[in-house]
Amino acid sequence: MGYTLMILGLVVLLPLAALVLRASGTGLGGIWSVATDPRVGSALRISFGTSFLAALVSTTFGSVVAWVLSRYDFPGRRLVDAAVDLPFALPTAVAGIALASLYAPNGLIGSMLSRIGIEVAYTPVGILIAMIFIGLPFAVRTVQPLILELDREIEEASATLGASRWHTISRIVLPPLIPAVLTGFALAFARGVGEYGSIIFIAGNLPYVSEIAPLLIVIKLSEFDYAGAAAIASIMLVISFATLLLINLIQAWSRRRFGHV
Amino acid sequence: MHAATDRIGASTAIQVADVSKTFDTAAVLHQLSLDVQAGELLALLGPSGSGKTTLLRIIAGLDHPDSGRIIFGGEDATGLPVQQRAVGFVFQHYALFKHLTVADNIAYGLNARERKRRPPKAEIKNRVGNLLDLVKLSGFASRYPSQLSGGQRQRVALARALAVEPRVLLLDEPFGALDAQVRKDLRRWLREIHDRTGQTTIFVTHDQDEALELSDRVAVLDKGRLQQVGTPDEVQEQPVSPTVLKFLGDAVEVSAVARDGGVEVNGRATPVQAPANSGRDLKLYVRPWQIRLTRPDDAHFVAIVQSSYRTQGRQRIEVEGPDRKPFVVESPDSVRFSVGEPVGLEIIGGYPFDAALR
Repeated sequence: MGYTLMILGLVVLLPLAALVLRASGTGLGGIWSVATDPRVGSALRISFGTSFLAALVSTTFGSVVAWVLSRYDFPGRRLVDAAVDLPFALPTAVAGIALASLYAPNGLIGSMLSRIGIEVAYTPVGILIAMIFIGLPFAVRTVQPLILELDREIEEASATLGASRWHTISRIVLPPLIPAVLTGFALAFARGVGEYGSIIFIAGNLPYVSEIAPLLIVIKLSEFDYAGAAAIASIMLVISFATLLLINLIQAWSRRRFGHV
Repeated sequence: MHAATDRIGASTAIQVADVSKTFDTAAVLHQLSLDVQAGELLALLGPSGSGKTTLLRIIAGLDHPDSGRIIFGGEDATGLPVQQRAVGFVFQHYALFKHLTVADNIAYGLNARERKRRPPKAEIKNRVGNLLDLVKLSGFASRYPSQLSGGQRQRVALARALAVEPRVLLLDEPFGALDAQVRKDLRRWLREIHDRTGQTTIFVTHDQDEALELSDRVAVLDKGRLQQVGTPDEVQEQPVSPTVLKFLGDAVEVSAVARDGGVEVNGRATPVQAPANSGRDLKLYVRPWQIRLTRPDDAHFVAIVQSSYRTQGRQRIEVEGPDRKPFVVESPDSVRFSVGEPVGLEIIGGYPFDAALR
């Protein structure tokens, strides 16, 4: 255990500590002035708010995808199953360019949507779509193994006891999946918050509208404002950590509640 | 719970009529018909692949027949979905809801009802308490299935199935996953519960002893066809075919001939009566306890001793007959035999069949 903690410390905690140290160079007052900067505040709201929405969509839709991939056999199932992982492997900039060209007002999907008055590219909706794209595999891959392990007889038992299909799904099938769904949610959320490459191409990066916090960090860096960048990063770090801790606590509770496996 | 008396009677609770089922081109059931009496405990006995579990699942509504009908108390239930059949189903591997306590597992079927038909909370609690008493798990209401032994889990599964007051209780190899001692106890205990509740019950097993010991009637299945239905005594004493006979226990097959209403083996008469309307050539099936060791001069045939061992005052001797097939002879004799020694065997009983019959 000692070694494990040491390696974890070297790999994860040391860089984070260096980041906080760097930010503390500006002093608490400096961090405060960065945090209260309206442009930073707006970027943080966009980053975390959109990530939360995207994680919500990813876990809902991802669970359905995992269900279909585990329970149904159809031609090309293996191909679809493999394709789920593609957002993992694709360089995020490539994903960003692909999404941007699809959803741009003159793109394949964008042109259709703009006809009915929906603008995707260069708006927060574009950020949302990029985040869902990269978050979905996490949601699918965390839930899928548990669905595969579900015993079909459990559902049959529920049916013989007179329970409707909906009752079976909500009371018998879903509860044991909740811890895994939450894990998928946490991973998709974290990935969304940290995502940069795929978003900047589709977001348009208008300050106060579609500018995300990681981009603001890069802008500060290009202006050689290292302390300012570190300050934004530290704020993101604290919010992310608090959110993930909260999700972990909910997860621990749900394990105690539903995890008697 | 229903009193035993108002269920027992000659009325038919379930009728399986001409049911056929094919899975992926392999036929599993061939036009099978079977009547189940109200209040009886019926065993579906057969080797693996005989279609017995499929038949049980079709009765439950978990599988659907390709043709034929399932009739519950005179009413056609073939198209009725499983939720509306009011059956209690007990799975071999318990299929308990692991995230629910024992009490919530048992109450599940009642809680799942739509509001109009759901009993009040107090009544559900009361009924769960009674069922926990019935399955002797009173102190276990707030445990989770993972904290129970296999035998206890199966008792919870049974209580859960009984809670919805099913028209019929269906058990699929209920003791198959348990070890020998627990199995024996649960067997006796299931019989007791059946006698107390009078619940019409069908259970599937491949274990002859289990079927013969536990049931009122045994239905023997083989290759998707019903071979014979009868009381344990009937199927043992009057098996309709060599298949049924062989499935119910060890037997030695001996060539025999019918002569003057009796059966002869190697020119020597036996106490067995020849079956009516049979040809001259017979096959005689002899159980281990229907063979006696004797002097070679008085014997129907001579065999060579392969090995012998004693169990509880009896001696079991493995011998090799004239057709080189080994079989076991039981003997109360205290005489010891050495390996390779020839012994005379006298047939004192057996089941004759026409040699053409399978």
